[in-house]
Amino acid sequence: MTRIKRYVPPILLISPSLVLVGIFVYYLIFGSVQLSTTDTHSFPQFAGTVPHENVGIDNFVELLRSKDFQHSLKNLLLYTAIFITGTMFFGFLWAWLLDRRSRAEGVFRSLYLFPMAVSSVAAGVVWRWLLNANQGKDASGLNRLFQATGLGFLENGWTTSVSFGIAAIAMPAIWQMSGYVMALFLAGFRGIPGELREAARMDGAKEWQIYRHVLFPQLSPVALSALIILGHMSLKVFDLIVSVTDYRFYPTKAPAVDMANYMNTGDYANAAAVGVILLLVILVLIVPYLIHTAREDRK
Amino acid sequence: MRRTRILAAVGAGALLLGLAACGDSKDSSDSGKDSTGGKQVEVFTWWTSGSEALGLEEIEKVLKDKYPDIKFVNGGVTGGGGSAKDLLQTRLAAGEPPDTFQVHAGKEAQDYIDAKQVEDVSDLYDRFGLTDVFPQDLIDMLTQDGKIYTIPSNVHRANVLWAAIPVLEAAGLPTDSAQFASIDEFIAALDKIKAATPDVTPLSVGGTWCQVHLLETVLIAELGAPAYNGLFDGSTDWAGAEVKGALEKFGKLMSYTNADRDSMDWEPASQMLLDGKAAFNIMGDWVPALLDSKNLVAGKDYLYAASPGTEGIYDFLADSFSRTVGAPDKAGAEAWLDVISSKEGQIGFNKVKGSIPARTDIDLAAEGFSEYQQSAAESFKSDTIVGSIQHGAAATIKQGADANNAVSKFTTGAMDAAGLATLQQELAAAFAG
Repeated sequence: MTRIKRYVPPILLISPSLVLVGIFVYYLIFGSVQLSTTDTHSFPQFAGTVPHENVGIDNFVELLRSKDFQHSLKNLLLYTAIFITGTMFFGFLWAWLLDRRSRAEGVFRSLYLFPMAVSSVAAGVVWRWLLNANQGKDASGLNRLFQATGLGFLENGWTTSVSFGIAAIAMPAIWQMSGYVMALFLAGFRGIPGELREAARMDGAKEWQIYRHVLFPQLSPVALSALIILGHMSLKVFDLIVSVTDYRFYPTKAPAVDMANYMNTGDYANAAAVGVILLLVILVLIVPYLIHTAREDRK
Repeated sequence: MRRTRILAAVGAGALLLGLAACGDSKDSSDSGKDSTGGKQVEVFTWWTSGSEALGLEEIEKVLKDKYPDIKFVNGGVTGGGGSAKDLLQTRLAAGEPPDTFQVHAGKEAQDYIDAKQVEDVSDLYDRFGLTDVFPQDLIDMLTQDGKIYTIPSNVHRANVLWAAIPVLEAAGLPTDSAQFASIDEFIAALDKIKAATPDVTPLSVGGTWCQVHLLETVLIAELGAPAYNGLFDGSTDWAGAEVKGALEKFGKLMSYTNADRDSMDWEPASQMLLDGKAAFNIMGDWVPALLDSKNLVAGKDYLYAASPGTEGIYDFLADSFSRTVGAPDKAGAEAWLDVISSKEGQIGFNKVKGSIPARTDIDLAAEGFSEYQQSAAESFKSDTIVGSIQHGAAATIKQGADANNAVSKFTTGAMDAAGLATLQQELAAAFAG
C-alpha cells in the first residue's frame, strides 16, 4: 500500500509527457519504419486508392545502390567532417582566448554568440548572396571581397562545385555554431578551480604545460558533449542547404534534402526510408555516448 | 504528503484535459462538416499575395453577384506550389477535403485523378457551354478517355523570349523584332553580343527550374510540336537522336548564361535585362508584371517574341479547378467552377493577374487588357498548343521533379558529352513510367 502511494503520484505526473512522447516520437518512428518497407511511391498509393505492398528492405537496397543517394551520403560525410572540425577549432580557440581574461570579454562573447541567434533560413539568405558564384568583373559577395583585398586567387564558384560545393555550405554552419561551442568550452574552463592552476604554477609548470596536463584533460567531457551535439545537428542539415541553394540543386544535396524531395513527389516510402537511414546513422553516434554516460553515472 | 496529493491531482487533471481536448477537436471538425450544407464553398489555392491574391478577390466579387447565397471561404495557403500541395494531400488523405482546389491543368492533375480525389466534370463543360469557347487543342489535352477533370481559369505562355532593346542596340542587332526562326539563328545573335559587348550576359537564366523551363522551349523548337507532344505518349523516343540534338543545343545555350544562375529565381534573372546586364531571357509571360512595375514599355525598352524556333506554337500552362470527391458542398463547388469559367470571372481575374482567359470569346482590347495580353490571346486562338513540362501541363509532379534533378546534375557538372548522355538517359527514365 505504501509502495503504491510512493509510486503512483510520480507516475501520474510524468504520464502526460510519457503518453505524448510515446505517440509523437516512438509511434511515429514505428510508422516511418513500417512505411519504408512498402512500395508507396505515389500519391494515389498513399491515399489508398491504389494498393501498396510490403517489399521488405528493397527500398533501402535500392537507395544505397543509387548513385544519387551515394552522392548525398558522401556530401553528408564531407559536410560533417568540415563542420565539426571547423566549429570545434574556432569554438575552442575563442574560448581559450577569452579565458585569458581579455578586456572586453563580454563584448566578444556576445559577438561570437550572435550568429546562433539568427535563424538558419535568414542566415542562408545572406550567405546565398555572399557565396555568389560570379567571378571576375561580375563578382559580388565574398569573391568581390577577395578582389578588393588582393586575394583574387581565392575566388571560386563556391556551391557550384559538384564535389566540394557542400563544403561552402559548411562555412555558414561553422559561423553559426562556433559561438555555441565557445560557450561550452568557456563554461568548462571556468568550472576548473583556480587552485589547480595555482598549484601547477607552484610546482613550476609552464603555461602550456598547465593547459596540456591540467586543463585539457578536464575539458574532455565538454568536448565529447560538443561533438555529440554538433554531430547530430550536422546529420540533419537541411534548412541551410535549401536556403543557400535549392532543393533540386545537385552539388549540395544531402539525405535530409532527398527526404523532402521524395515526400514532395508523393514517394512516401523512399522518404521514410531516408528518414530511417538518418535515424540509424544518428543512433550509431548517440548510443555509444549514452552507454558511456550511463557507465560514468554508475561509477 | 499533502503536497504530493495536490501534485497528483494536478497531473491527473492535466491528463484529463489533454484527452478532453483531443475529443473536442474531433467533434468540432465533424460539426463543421455538417453545417456547410449548400451555403458555402471552400476554395483551396496558393494565391495568397500580389496580383494573384488581387485576382482572387475579383473572382470572389463575381461569385457574390452571381450566387449571393453562397459564402466564399478562402482556403489560401502560402508557400507557392510545394507546401500548399503537401497540405492539400494531407487533407485529402485525412478525408477532409476542400470543396475545390487549384491544380495545374494537364498531367499534374493525374495524381489526383488516379487517387480518385477529383471528379469528372465533363457534364459541367456541357452545362456551362465551355466546349465551344475553349480552344480544341486545350480540350484535347485535358481529355482522358473521354473525361475531363479540370476547368482552367487562366492561361500563361511559357515560350516567350524577352530582349533588352538598349543592349541589342549596343551590339548592333536589329531592334524591331526578337523573333528568331531557329535556335541556330539565336546562337548566332548570342555570339554577336558576346563579341560586341563582352560585359553583358547574352542569355540570362535563373536556378534549376528556370533551366528546365529553358530546356522545354529548346525541345519544342528542335522537335516541332507533333514530335514534342509525342514525348509524352511514347511516340517520340526520349533516347533518340532528335532529343540528343536538342539537348546539345540546350548545353550550348547554357554556355552563354550567367555563372551565378543557380543562386537566383526567375525574377533576378529577368531583372538583369532591365539593368542592362543581359540581352535575352526566356521565361513565361509573368515577366511583364515585373517590367511594367519598373515603368518599361514594350517596343521601346524591351521586345517580346515566341522563343527561338517556336513561332506558331503556344507552350501553355494553366491553373484549373475541379470538383473534389467527397466535397462537403457540391453545389458550392459547381457555383465556383461556373464563376471561374464564366466571361466575367475570367476577365476579372486575368486582367489583374497578367495571364489571359482560357475562353476565346472575349474581346481583350475592349476589356482593357494590356497589349501583350492581347497578342498572347491572339496566338492562343491560332497557334498549335503544347503543354509545359516544368509547369505541370505535360508532366506529372514526379516527372517534373525528376527532370529538375537531371537538369541540375547536368548544368552544374562539366556539360560535356558524358554529362549529356547521363541527362538524356535520366530524362528517358523519368518519362518512361
